[in-house]
Amino acid sequence: MKYWRKPLDLDQVKIPHGEVHIIVERCKGCGFCVEYCPKEVLELSTEFNSKGYHPPVAKREGECVNCDLCERICPEFAIFNLAVESA
Amino acid sequence: MKADPKGVLTGEHYLDGDHACAEGAMAVGCRFVAGYPITPSTEVVERMALRFPFIGGVFIQMEDEMASMNAILGGAWAGKKTMTVTSGPGFSLMMENLGLGVMMEVPCVLVNVQRGGPSTGLPTMVGQADMMQARWGSHGDYEIIALSPASPQEAFDYVIEAFNLSEQYRVPVLFMMDECVGHMTEKVVIPPADQIDVLPRKITKLPPEKYLPYRADNGLVPDMIVAGEGYKIHTTGLTHDERGYPVMTAECQDVNVRRIVDKIRKNADKIIHIEETQTAGAEVIVMAYGITSRVAQPAVDKARKEGIKVGQIKLITVWPFPEKRVAELSRKIKAWVVPEINLGQMSLEVERCAGGKARTIQVPHAGGWVHDPEDIYKAIREAVK
Amino acid sequence: MEQTRHEDHPMESYLRMDRIPHIWCPTCGIGTTVSCFISALKKYQQKPLEKVVVVSGIGCTGRVAGYIKLDSFHTTHGRAIPFATGLKLANPDLKVVVFSGDGDLIAIGGNHFIHAARRNMDITVICINNFIYAMTGGQVAPTTPLTAWASTSPHGNYEQPFNLPLLAASCGAVYVARWTALHIRRMSNAFLDALNKPGFSFVEVVTPCSTLYGRRNRLGTGLDLMRFYHDNAEIRHGADVRDLDIDFQKKIIVGKFIDRERPTFVDNMNRRLKEKYGEKYQWYGPEPQAAPAPAKVEAKAV
Repeated sequence: MKYWRKPLDLDQVKIPHGEVHIIVERCKGCGFCVEYCPKEVLELSTEFNSKGYHPPVAKREGECVNCDLCERICPEFAIFNLAVESA
Repeated sequence: MKADPKGVLTGEHYLDGDHACAEGAMAVGCRFVAGYPITPSTEVVERMALRFPFIGGVFIQMEDEMASMNAILGGAWAGKKTMTVTSGPGFSLMMENLGLGVMMEVPCVLVNVQRGGPSTGLPTMVGQADMMQARWGSHGDYEIIALSPASPQEAFDYVIEAFNLSEQYRVPVLFMMDECVGHMTEKVVIPPADQIDVLPRKITKLPPEKYLPYRADNGLVPDMIVAGEGYKIHTTGLTHDERGYPVMTAECQDVNVRRIVDKIRKNADKIIHIEETQTAGAEVIVMAYGITSRVAQPAVDKARKEGIKVGQIKLITVWPFPEKRVAELSRKIKAWVVPEINLGQMSLEVERCAGGKARTIQVPHAGGWVHDPEDIYKAIREAVK
Repeated sequence: MEQTRHEDHPMESYLRMDRIPHIWCPTCGIGTTVSCFISALKKYQQKPLEKVVVVSGIGCTGRVAGYIKLDSFHTTHGRAIPFATGLKLANPDLKVVVFSGDGDLIAIGGNHFIHAARRNMDITVICINNFIYAMTGGQVAPTTPLTAWASTSPHGNYEQPFNLPLLAASCGAVYVARWTALHIRRMSNAFLDALNKPGFSFVEVVTPCSTLYGRRNRLGTGLDLMRFYHDNAEIRHGADVRDLDIDFQKKIIVGKFIDRERPTFVDNMNRRLKEKYGEKYQWYGPEPQAAPAPAKVEAKAV
């Protein structure tokens, strides 16, 4: 992120990090999470689940900020985030 | 359990059938009524609207009969004894949701103060032509309980029985009054609260993890719950399994619908309530219900004076119909005489159950007034030929 | 596939997991709306969770009651609102939520909708608007935009649709909002506001119907419809409800439109009877918390 100048509280604000959990068998491949993840963490996998859908896979999991968008937008309750301590 | 004295207007009163019915409902503990005005039943809800604020009840006039029927189902799930009141045209409107009540197995009472039909018919005049509709009005297979009072006193006494039956069998119970009984004023004695027996709702004692909404351990009637107490049940009008979840298979349909039907059929002997007079050794039996059972009395008396052995059966529960008793008596008598203020409804049941062993003589009346007892007398004479 | 971590989904305690996966189509927006509703429930504090009951009607949205793990009632077509009225009046302690579809609530249930709003029944109504009767194969609904295809308007709909926020507001709803399935956070907040607000609160959620409305109108999948909402939904809080019509594939105005105070049915009942009978009348339901005064001067009683 480009700053004009460094924010004064840069050392106090911590960007949260999240761990993406995907319940593969529930996914119906709608693509909402992939489309709307603000950090573009997900992409549709090339593999199939047993119903024949392509579930998402976290291609850039390190970027996940635990915003819970995917958890809320998923119609199938097939994806969620858990907070992790940043490395 | 005894009645809550708050709702019991103990004493001797001079009331019409509608008002007596309202008093009976309040006495047995009904505390939520949703209704829509329709002649000749409106007085029931008018009285309850007047008295409810002082006994902790709520009355709401809904926007139509379908809303009324649904509101009382919801109210019953929230734990109250509920009732709605209507007449012929409203009865037709309530049919779909009566089916919902049967399928969800909701205890409640639906009062139909019958008037002349069909359609708008004779709004202010008597009829008894909804009796078959009471049994078959809603779509699908089901069994129902229907009672019919013949006087304001009976309107008081038997609406209490209707509520108790609805709790016992977890089914909507129909209270088939007629406009004549509804609008006639007679002495009604309301006993003290501790003389009125009230059957409380059978709420489960199991904890939520073990409870299944439609598993019937004690025979065929499952225990109920009260919404909002943590049981988190699901119930639906769709064919469902013991968990209340919809299951769209023929096997589930068989189990579900058969239980709802057997619940009443197999307990019919305990539900049926009829009054027999001089049926032993009778040659002809007059079967009637509602106001007609009283109108038939002079005809019966006249025939008896002439030496004809006339028995009487007054139906208090019209449904389930006393099939076995009718079949049994049909072997001993010459004929049945069935006067009713319709063009032949319960007489069809009598004929069916008689199985050809005894004749069935209808005394039909299109509606608008009660029979001339002379017509019933003529039918009795015809019966003994 | 590395992602086979089967830890429990955070919403599982609110769902009937023995019935998941649900019946809704891939890219259907109903699941998203339920997810947002559960997020709102998690933040709902006014009453214990077990007091929340959900009532739905018939249709795709009608199946919502079957998946939410609360006392839930799947009633007949159009009759969710009177059923909910009965629940609420018989036990005012309950928090009653009606979760049903546009056809169920507004067509066959229209009469019940307007009267419940008029009376200001304390229920929360969530109307999922997918512009069609989806479950039964895609028939025209009172919200189907002009020119859209539906199986009973196969030449393109030529019937003017309802503007739901206008309908709700004009009947007296105290909280009226519209969001799309894309606006997940604002929708969850709207649900929470609606739950917390006493009176008839109404939230319309425009959701994609991929299989019927989307497919038969050549609009793509639910994802394509979500992209459409992204590009064409305009947030205008407080907009005049008369301007909120939705035309076929045109701008959709979303936001919170009405948030006002009116006494509820039970408030009015209690106040009137208390005023008339004083000590003889016992207040029904929970004691009032600063209920607002009625807007109109009452006519003199005879």
